[in-house]
Amino acid sequence: MTDTRTKEFLEYVQAGGQVETGDWMPDEYRARLIKFIEMHGNSELMGVLPERDWILRAPTLQRKLALTAKIQDEVGHAQLIYRVVEDLGKPRSACLDDLVAGKAKFHNVFHYPTRTWGDVGVIAWLVDAAAIVSQKALLKCSYAPYARIMKKICWEESFHILHGRDVILALVTGTDEQFGLVQEALDRWWEPLMHFHGNPIPPDEDPMFVWRIKSQGNEDARQQFLDGYVPQIRELGLEIPDPALRKDEETGTWLYTEPDWEKLRAVVTGHGPASAERLAFRRLSREHVAWVERVVLAEAA
Amino acid sequence: MLDARAPEESAASEPSAPPEAGSARREAVRGQGRIFEVFRRERKGQPFQHAGSVTAPNERFAEIYAREQYGRRQESVALWLVPRGSVSEIDEFPDEFEMKYRRVDGYSIKARLHEARERAGTLGMAPGAAE
Repeated sequence: MTDTRTKEFLEYVQAGGQVETGDWMPDEYRARLIKFIEMHGNSELMGVLPERDWILRAPTLQRKLALTAKIQDEVGHAQLIYRVVEDLGKPRSACLDDLVAGKAKFHNVFHYPTRTWGDVGVIAWLVDAAAIVSQKALLKCSYAPYARIMKKICWEESFHILHGRDVILALVTGTDEQFGLVQEALDRWWEPLMHFHGNPIPPDEDPMFVWRIKSQGNEDARQQFLDGYVPQIRELGLEIPDPALRKDEETGTWLYTEPDWEKLRAVVTGHGPASAERLAFRRLSREHVAWVERVVLAEAA
Repeated sequence: MLDARAPEESAASEPSAPPEAGSARREAVRGQGRIFEVFRRERKGQPFQHAGSVTAPNERFAEIYAREQYGRRQESVALWLVPRGSVSEIDEFPDEFEMKYRRVDGYSIKARLHEARERAGTLGMAPGAAE
């Protein structure tokens, strides 16, 4: 990766330059883009499963409709993102094959079960908030087609966060039992949320940052999330299950108990509490809709 | 991941290969039909802007997919669908002679204007003439 052309390319993207589909790019850059964007697509697609479980159990018709619309958005995001991957050289069918074969990754938060309606609120509010921190940073991605798609995705995500916050506010202003649902869900989701932005690898050692696929380091993203949301969580009287969590007013950074990074690695490699079940479901639904694909493609022939 | 690609898959990794390299190949995503570029108009009076693309076996499906992916949330008032192979791209605009006389940065009128005002005795009337 040290030939002159690659070096020039690296300097170009590091200076804020953007790349289009047809432009020359180093093989390593293309491979990393595919891997990163494919994982994002997988996450959108797998991310609908925890919420899908609650469509039938949503407490009101309005919530049912909003949740369905959110799920529809996430599937739409997967479509847009897989299309970007296809233009980089990996067909969507290959992405889906790898996903159901357990060969490709998806985000850690989608490897956990959704036990109560409180989980649905915490996911829509805080998981989506953590995701939007990452996705906003992708608006500056060196690969322009991905950055452009991200603009549309961020626009849609903002409704999801508001919907989640509304669910949470309804619960925390309800009965003690309802408040308890949120607290209990937060207790379970805090660790995955702290894992979400990845281990605090210095940006200069993170290939995704070096190639400017990401425009911020993992720890920067986590700090931004904590800065935005810890006060919003605490003002509702909710307790964050980390006694060490506090902001160092001098440095402006958040201090917290070091998450178990080994656990994160295990979860994203398919050993999370709901990994096997989710993949089995995705495999099943892929088999169930295979005939639709065949019919549609027969039309093309 | 890339290393594992079969040769026929790597063909799809050159979507921008020049048309003479085979526009059919350029348009096709194996097993899924053709690529249609999607342009969207956000509001009346605004230009169509490139939004992304969809793969579809034919135009009818392309319309359904584009409507779903780019118009579902009322974010567009109109969409254009164009088969990728029908797009002609021009991306080189040589300017060997640097024809600056065609651009605003080709003119520096400050000194000349000052001279003209001096001659006409209107220096004090001009805006910003305090110096």
